[in-house]
Amino acid sequence: MMAKAQITEGIKDFLIQIGELSHFAGRFLREAPKRPFEFNELLRQCYSVGNRSLTLVGITGFIIGLVLTLQTRPTLIEFGAVSWMPNMVGISIVREIGPVVIALICAGRVASGIGAELGSMRVTEQIDAMEVSGTNPFKYLVVTRIAATTLMVPILVILGDVLALFGSYLVEHFKGDVSFQLFFNKIFSSLDFGDLIPATVKSFFFGFAIGLVGCFKGYNCKKGTVGVGMAANTAVVMASMLIFILDFIAVFVSDIFYEL
Amino acid sequence: MREDKDVLTVTKPLENREVVIEIKDLRKSFGDNHVLNGFNMRLYKGENLVIMGKSGSGKSVMIKCLIGLMKADSGSINVMGKDIRTLDQTTLDDLRTDVGFLFQGSALYDSMTVRENLEFPLRRHMNKFGEGLDTESLVLETLGNVGLAHTVNMMPSELSGGMKRRVALARTLIMRPKIILYDEPTSGLDPITSKEIIELMLSIQQKYKTSSLIITHDVDCARVIADRMILLVDGIDYAEGTFKELLKVTDQKVKAFFKH
Repeated sequence: MMAKAQITEGIKDFLIQIGELSHFAGRFLREAPKRPFEFNELLRQCYSVGNRSLTLVGITGFIIGLVLTLQTRPTLIEFGAVSWMPNMVGISIVREIGPVVIALICAGRVASGIGAELGSMRVTEQIDAMEVSGTNPFKYLVVTRIAATTLMVPILVILGDVLALFGSYLVEHFKGDVSFQLFFNKIFSSLDFGDLIPATVKSFFFGFAIGLVGCFKGYNCKKGTVGVGMAANTAVVMASMLIFILDFIAVFVSDIFYEL
Repeated sequence: MREDKDVLTVTKPLENREVVIEIKDLRKSFGDNHVLNGFNMRLYKGENLVIMGKSGSGKSVMIKCLIGLMKADSGSINVMGKDIRTLDQTTLDDLRTDVGFLFQGSALYDSMTVRENLEFPLRRHMNKFGEGLDTESLVLETLGNVGLAHTVNMMPSELSGGMKRRVALARTLIMRPKIILYDEPTSGLDPITSKEIIELMLSIQQKYKTSSLIITHDVDCARVIADRMILLVDGIDYAEGTFKELLKVTDQKVKAFFKH
């Protein structure tokens, strides 16, 4: 009986969160086109999001390329298909592994950062101070951050993909004596717009989700310093979940287009 | 509607003076917790009105309703002839430039320097000052008025509690407000710094000819600064008068405020 009540309460809380998040997203869409545009703050946030994740995304991307190639190589050799390595790595990194892993890294790094920053501003009344000074804090703080993550995550994904492919090339070069030109020719011959466009489009949505959840959790932070920690923590969990849900939807939709 | 006879009024209302803020029958509840139960007050031009109440008595809720940070359940709030509950966002933002608010925790933007903190509201409301405004000299002049011109390039984290309060006051003053709302201006400060802040508030009032509404539970602060006082008890304006007048009142609830 107790467990049933807890499950019901959990579902209710989840649905409330979804409702509030949708309302928050709606407010973003209403406020974003309105003047004044905070271009300077947007640029500052783009720099902050990009710069904050650059090293981590670069190193992770590079290592993913190395590991994926090293792990897959023996199996492909066994089936006599090692010459397909660039094609396999290219498609899997560009279509799926790159966008999802880089977005998850950004969720951990950026969503938690935004959640903690806005949460701290909320509990120390800085957001209220902004409002009483006649500035719309939603436009200044939220719209700029969501726009920045939406713009920067796809760029970080492209960077991560490039470094992952370069890592893969290094393994192939030293283990299989494959030239740079041959490796990348095979990759580009295996990729078409049907691979690149859905991956890029879903990266924008991943970026939007990361910024949205980070801002939502931070902007609505309560319960003092404990609340700031919770905002940062739950922002990562919720953003990661949203990334997987959006990925499923993106794959599902792009599959429909493939079949047409 | 509450009856006026419920209020223990010691002084006669100053009917011949201009009213800059008038609150009538303000009510605000959080669930079953009725915080304000029909609060009334008037702030006259050029006066220092102190509102005293115990912790949790609804002082901060009242002042947040007054500036539009919280929505009251019912009642009217008139600021300089405008009912803030019916104003659209643009008009409310314009009105807020005439009403300064000093937060209990200073609420300085901790990602900005002292200079940027002061410039922030200024840059958003340049139209109030007309063309040719020299922001640099205005920032330095305003900081000079609170005795902190040397902190202009410092970060808030480098300032002491008293210095933060002064910078927050400078940020409020830079917009040349007609009314200043102080939320617990001396809380968390040592007695010497508290005294300095009170002296600063008095000198500012003389220099800028502002009307001040001061929320506090600090009796020493009230004694020095109050032209008139309202005691907030059980969500209503329980008693009203000068400090000396209220000190003589025999009512137990009033006497409780002055026991030291």
